[in-house]
Amino acid sequence: MLVTLAIPSAIVCLYSLLTRGAYGGVERPWTLENFKLLGDPLYLMIFFRSLWIAAAATALCIGLAFPLVLFIARSRRKNLCLSLVILPFWTSFLIRIYAWMFLLRDTGLINTVLRGAGLIHDPLPLLYNDGAVLLGLVYGFLPFAVLPLYATVERLDPALLEAAADLGAKPLDALFRVTIPLCAPGIRAAAILTFVPCLGTYLTSDLLGGSKTILIGNVIQNQFTAARDWPFGAALSVVLMMLALVLMFAARRHGEELV
Amino acid sequence: MPALLELKQISKRFAAQCAVADVSLAIERGQFFSLLGPSGCGKTTTLRIVAGFETPTSGEVWLNGTRIDHLPPYQRNVNTVFQSYALFPHLTVRENIEFGLRRKRAYGCAARVANVLEQVRLTGKENRKPDELSGGERQRVALARALVLEPDVLLLDEPLSALDPQLRKQVRAELKDLQRRSGITFLFVTHDQEEALSLSDRMAVMNGGVVEQAGTPREIYQRPKTKFLASFLGAMNWIGGVGVRPECTRIARESNGNGARRGLVTRSVFLGSSIHVETRLENGDVVLAQVAANGDAYREGETVHVWWNSSDELHFPE
Repeated sequence: MLVTLAIPSAIVCLYSLLTRGAYGGVERPWTLENFKLLGDPLYLMIFFRSLWIAAAATALCIGLAFPLVLFIARSRRKNLCLSLVILPFWTSFLIRIYAWMFLLRDTGLINTVLRGAGLIHDPLPLLYNDGAVLLGLVYGFLPFAVLPLYATVERLDPALLEAAADLGAKPLDALFRVTIPLCAPGIRAAAILTFVPCLGTYLTSDLLGGSKTILIGNVIQNQFTAARDWPFGAALSVVLMMLALVLMFAARRHGEELV
Repeated sequence: MPALLELKQISKRFAAQCAVADVSLAIERGQFFSLLGPSGCGKTTTLRIVAGFETPTSGEVWLNGTRIDHLPPYQRNVNTVFQSYALFPHLTVRENIEFGLRRKRAYGCAARVANVLEQVRLTGKENRKPDELSGGERQRVALARALVLEPDVLLLDEPLSALDPQLRKQVRAELKDLQRRSGITFLFVTHDQEEALSLSDRMAVMNGGVVEQAGTPREIYQRPKTKFLASFLGAMNWIGGVGVRPECTRIARESNGNGARRGLVTRSVFLGSSIHVETRLENGDVVLAQVAANGDAYREGETVHVWWNSSDELHFPE
């Protein structure tokens, strides 16, 4: 914990309070200037966009994962289904995102097929927009939503659903009154496990979003590479970490009340 | 008058196994009807078919003159008290009881909940969550949740089995009271013969997926139709293929001369209100006799005579 979490986090926090060096790196004096820069409307807007895209991706992940999990829990081949969910992890995330680029670009598979079938004349703008980033995020983080949700749905006592039906609840009613409320801990875990990495993403937005969809992760990456402003990059990281921590604690406190 | 609930030649097969085979039952309105049998006899499956959790492989279920075996559980006017109670852990006692009323958009919800809470003596506990209740209280919430809907038939799946024995006897009496007062028809599944005998107006004993006999507890106990029933309900002595209940078996130091058999006392067990005397007859049969606790005490190894009235003999075709 100390080596992998505490020390790197401490270094990031320290860097955020220092001044940028001429060729990258950091030097003294200590300053809060880096955090003041965050007030810039440009960065605020990027922050809000990142929050919005991460929230949308999380909602989509859970919305897709929940029916999938209900299906898996009832299927006879649970282990096979779960293996299929985890299967993509055997390939590098980068390669899988490149695969999406090949599918989505103007001369990609989807546009080529649609044009070949005579359904469209000009290629659809599938790549380099918010939609493509959202797709990439949902694709990438769906398994992170599926696994914690599955763990709670699996533990659900089938007698409770029988009781709901017995008391007159139609299937949809039982879903919203019994299944979903009882799966709240799993939904919260799934939300955190998808929202936090989505918020910090830079690879997906970089490759699928192009230059138009800049997220906070890309800004941070940029500060450490092209811009060579490590302290500002560190300040952005600190804010992002705080945000993630606040969210996790909020969810946990809420969870303790419920359980 | 046709029966309120009728099962006509119900069969249920799971994969290769036949859980219920050709079961037919008729239950009258207002009856306390028990399904009794050892575990795995098909009694719970039968109950679940009535509730709608299982679809019968063949046969029909009729409720109140309507065929219901194709209807989903939420369209049947029957309610279940589950063995595990299956209370919703995220809802309070009141919300649990209101659950069914709200699904049916019933009027006078608050008054009906207050009324049923009083009936099961849970007034004042309506804002507790299930995990803040004792086992007995949870059992009463499960009962109230089903009773408040005033179903045509209330289905009870071993509702007392999770309670400790002391409480079980008390709750048993309350259950019978509640059934009398509410006038609701009860279909009660149990493996406890004492429960079934003491509670039921009528009962059916199941074994291996079939109904061995249906009738009043007295009929089945006194005139069991099969050897299984005779052994399963109460204790039974088997003497040369003839069954005699221990309470019908007489024992004395002197022979009454009339067909009495000689034997040696092998064991004498004091049970408070009675004594069980086990005797080995000269032909090797072991006979249990139940004698009054205030009568003669028999010592082990003593020679005694054993006899019974031929009218108390139970004969079964081999």
